[in-house]
Amino acid sequence: MKSAKTLAVAGLLSATFAMPAAHAGATLDAVKAKGFVQCGVSTPFPGFANTNEKGEWSGLDVDVCRAVAAAVFGDATKVKYTPLTAKERFTALQSGEIDMLSRNSTWTLTRDSGMGMNFAGVNYYDGQGFMVTKKLGVDSAKKLDGASVCIQAGTTTELNLADYFRANNMKYEPITFEKSDETVKAFEAGRCDVLTSDQSQLYSLRILMSDPESAVVLPEVISKEPLGPVVRNGDDDWFKIVRWSLYAMIEAEDLGLDSTNIDEKIKGESPDIKRFAGAAEGDDKNLPLDKKWSYNVVKQVGNYSESFERNVGQGSPLKIARGLNALWKNGGLQYSPPFR
Amino acid sequence: MAIIVQSPSPSLPPPANTTGLMGWMRQNLFSTVGNSLLTVVLFVGIVSLLIPLVQWAFIDADWVGTTRDDCKSGGACWVFVNVHFQQFMYGLYPEAERWRVSLVAVILVITLAALMIPKIPGKKYIGIFALFFFPIVAFYLLVGNRFGLPHVETNLWGGLMLTLVIAIVGIVAALPLGILLALGRRSKMPIVRSVCIAFIEIWRGVPLITVLFMSSVMLPLFLPEGMDFDKLLRALVGITLFQSAYMAEVIRGGLQAIPKGQYEAASALGLNYWQSMYKVILPQALKMVIPGIVNTFISLFKDTSLVLIIGLFDLLAIVQAAFSNPKWLGFAVEGYVFAALVFWIFCFSMSRYSQHLEHKLRTTH
Repeated sequence: MKSAKTLAVAGLLSATFAMPAAHAGATLDAVKAKGFVQCGVSTPFPGFANTNEKGEWSGLDVDVCRAVAAAVFGDATKVKYTPLTAKERFTALQSGEIDMLSRNSTWTLTRDSGMGMNFAGVNYYDGQGFMVTKKLGVDSAKKLDGASVCIQAGTTTELNLADYFRANNMKYEPITFEKSDETVKAFEAGRCDVLTSDQSQLYSLRILMSDPESAVVLPEVISKEPLGPVVRNGDDDWFKIVRWSLYAMIEAEDLGLDSTNIDEKIKGESPDIKRFAGAAEGDDKNLPLDKKWSYNVVKQVGNYSESFERNVGQGSPLKIARGLNALWKNGGLQYSPPFR
Repeated sequence: MAIIVQSPSPSLPPPANTTGLMGWMRQNLFSTVGNSLLTVVLFVGIVSLLIPLVQWAFIDADWVGTTRDDCKSGGACWVFVNVHFQQFMYGLYPEAERWRVSLVAVILVITLAALMIPKIPGKKYIGIFALFFFPIVAFYLLVGNRFGLPHVETNLWGGLMLTLVIAIVGIVAALPLGILLALGRRSKMPIVRSVCIAFIEIWRGVPLITVLFMSSVMLPLFLPEGMDFDKLLRALVGITLFQSAYMAEVIRGGLQAIPKGQYEAASALGLNYWQSMYKVILPQALKMVIPGIVNTFISLFKDTSLVLIIGLFDLLAIVQAAFSNPKWLGFAVEGYVFAALVFWIFCFSMSRYSQHLEHKLRTTH
């Protein structure tokens, strides 16, 4: 009797406090019912999620949210953004405050396996890189022996740097700073030869210099920081929707489709394109979405290249090179499984 | 013929170097060698700081334009503030609905002015309106979802508007709560007293950042799924409870400064506890601690910017958001100067008003 009571109480408690792990499809139903995707983004991070003068969100991470909205509703504007700090981002996802998180979060084993979350893909391959002045005339990180390096204190950057120089049998002199602003000031004033940080960060630090053209970012990346959208564990349908919305953008670039030419190209003969855009007869892609979901993603958000260039690439002040984020056939890592 | 002077001849003016600007300077700035030296050094110091500042902020500054390309002169780029001014005031509040925020601000200013200008009659009714009706009006205007007004979620609130919402709610709610806590702490009833002491000491013992983190990161994990408290509401509750503990201690200082005779006189008149507090003790005690209360308000006003760590876009956070836009990267200084100026205006006005209030309520001779 007593144990039954205990069990009942325990059951009640766990029902009240259990992590939101519901039946498959629950998130999609909830999202459809409320009419928008609640997407967690960065408290502004240049190029990845920031607001413009009118207060509209844009950025590479924001485009993933918009792609999901386009896939689910056929309308990329049906997103509401929750700006989250690094500390609260995973709680907000776990507690159900947001439906998906697209906030330059690094995909790691512990995060993927131990925290009740699933990484749905990689929308930006980041990693620690080096920036040097053009005057130095160095074109590879391997030639940095004896350099003085500006770093931000207390970050993993410091450890990666030590490992890299030790592994390559090179010497360096670290100069640490508290804030990124100070670091870039010191670099500009010539107190160090090299500035190291995550590559995505290096480009926005470069804009802060009075003459951005005087510095170059070296091609080497010495740590792996795959950034991507995250969803809660336990809802596979939603997980797949987010994952394939991202893949739709990458696959579109692979197929040469973009927001301007897709209408024209699906009239053509290519079976790949027809299949991709849901234009062929009896073409059901098994996702619980409208048949033309991938068409909507490309039409309204654009392919990966458009999104990249517009937000962080040549079309933006950041001018980040594609590098690792080029398509697989151009020597990068972005690759989508086939749409068939 | 004798000349009889009927009245004394008019007194001569004091020597020129003891009056006017010269005299003042002689007396105050150059009275001794040490003073003269100090004056010169400080003067040179101030001028050498001021000249580049004025040069940067006014002479070299760019005022008009729409993009960063309009800032070529090398001085301050006020174009950045200009372009984002609406955003700094209203945050991400939808443009079509911003009149609602402005309307609330106008009502607030009129009500406050009516309360503060001594000549306007009917203070009691204005006070009742300000305390009980204005919050309801403001709530429905800002949140909407009623009376045909579209709903505006609190995560779109931001800028100065959010700063003021947090500060005003915190100030208005923390004062009565603080009075109750202060009275409770001095109560003779053991349970009330221990509860109040525990409350005050716990909230005073944790930093505000911890309170905000708890409210935004931990609390949602304890709540059942689907029960979603508004993030702003959580922050407001946290700030109010936190400030009320500080307020209680300030007011307790006032209560303790009232001579025992006042308490005894009130009981001798046959007033019960609440009557004696309301009519005799509190009016004296609160008056005495006005500087302390206003000090707490000012620190609360500045503390509101801590909400940026839980992703709410108060004035400071919206300024930071604006220069995170790649198009405007690198205009942090202009943004921070603007934010500092706005904060200063509000805090300085509060402090001036408190001085005026002290002066007005002074009854000693």
